[in-house]
Amino acid sequence: MPKTKPAQNPVEELNYEEALAELENIVETLEGEENSLEEAMKLYERGQTLASHCGALLEAAQLKVQKLAGESLVAFEEESE
Amino acid sequence: MQPSLFSETLTVSQLTYRIRKRLEETPELQDVWVTGEISNLSRPASGHIYFTLKDKKASLRCVMWKTDAQRTRPDLQEGAAVEAHGKIVVYEPQGQYQLIAHLIQAKGEGALFQEFLRLKSMLEAEGLFRSERKREIPAFPRAIGIVTSATGAALRDMLNTIRRRQPLTRVILAPSPVQGIEAPPALVNAIQALNLQSPGVILIARGGGSIEDLWAFNDERVVRAVAVSQAPVISGVGHETDFTLCDFAADLRAPTPTAAAELATQITLDDLRLQITHSQARLTDSISGLLADHQASISALASRLKHVSPARRIQSEYQRIDELSRRAASALTHHFQLQSARVDGISKRLGALNPAGVLTRGYAIVTRNSDGSLVGKVSQAQGEMTVRVSDGVFEVNHKT
Repeated sequence: MPKTKPAQNPVEELNYEEALAELENIVETLEGEENSLEEAMKLYERGQTLASHCGALLEAAQLKVQKLAGESLVAFEEESE
Repeated sequence: MQPSLFSETLTVSQLTYRIRKRLEETPELQDVWVTGEISNLSRPASGHIYFTLKDKKASLRCVMWKTDAQRTRPDLQEGAAVEAHGKIVVYEPQGQYQLIAHLIQAKGEGALFQEFLRLKSMLEAEGLFRSERKREIPAFPRAIGIVTSATGAALRDMLNTIRRRQPLTRVILAPSPVQGIEAPPALVNAIQALNLQSPGVILIARGGGSIEDLWAFNDERVVRAVAVSQAPVISGVGHETDFTLCDFAADLRAPTPTAAAELATQITLDDLRLQITHSQARLTDSISGLLADHQASISALASRLKHVSPARRIQSEYQRIDELSRRAASALTHHFQLQSARVDGISKRLGALNPAGVLTRGYAIVTRNSDGSLVGKVSQAQGEMTVRVSDGVFEVNHKT
């Protein structure tokens, strides 16, 4: 199994799926492979950062609703009740 | 007709029971459609509906129980031409047979229903509804397509449900009329246009209504569009009890629009929160484990290191150094003693050789003043001379 490349994208630029995928990757690497302590500590810190980033994205999530107009998408204004 | 002498005599109950059994075991009387006009309509507080169906020549007593009555439109009227579906039973106390009606609809709806059945069996025969055609609904679609009226309560219900459960997804609405003659082609267009956006799933939905209101969702064009949609389709048309052909063609049938929105958001925000918490716990567990492992190896190494420590050797080296320095010191002392004894001996011998020592014994040393030479013989004596004795000197003059 190839070693996990320490991904170098800044965490705050990742979207939820990317951050989650990397987090799961890190968890598996930490659980499954022999890592040097230094490497493991780096992975752990990045994992923690990813987890808080994911959490923040979840709390901030707002449903985006668009409407098809012909072949393009426009924002859909919901009627207030 | 002569009565048979030997025929048994039945009680009324026995006979009625036989009639009842005969009627109730006749299949075509247990699943029957009957049409007629309503009369003697009565809706007591019990919630059951009692009425008589009649035509020119006959009448039939009918009952509809409360549970079915609740689903029936309340506009049943005296004189209305209806079609009722149900089964024939016998009410023994009054010796009456009657229809237990499950469904009553205005006359003409029956024709729609026949059309529904015809279309259903045709499309079924084509394999459009086969279960192996059904695709898995993604648990967490990145985009959810919605085909419904832009102004209906169905849309509001679905958006609220999706927003509450999974706001990380995105909704693409393809608005379409959901009833009337323009509805079927518009629904087809909406499904096709949505597929160009490749959503993870498409919801096709509308709120409840009569069978005519929902008819667009039985339109063959719409049903086929649902069946061939690239994105999997969840249908949520009408209420729990309404079935449309779209429901059969869809990959998943939801009883209501809200339920359709729930089925499209199987992984909720709460699930994701849990997942993150779980990942965090696994992270912490694995790093703690790793640290503990390292600590254990360090302890093991430290104890092995202690065993091979040079401290003992250093101790014994110290001892050797002490021993050596002690031996060196004693050798040096010995040497000094020897030397000083020798020096004593030599200085005693030296003392014995000191000429001054001879003087004390009464000897004198005479030197000539003229040249300082020692006078050892009489012949050497001449002129002024110095005589050295033990405590000093004096002058003498040699007389010739």
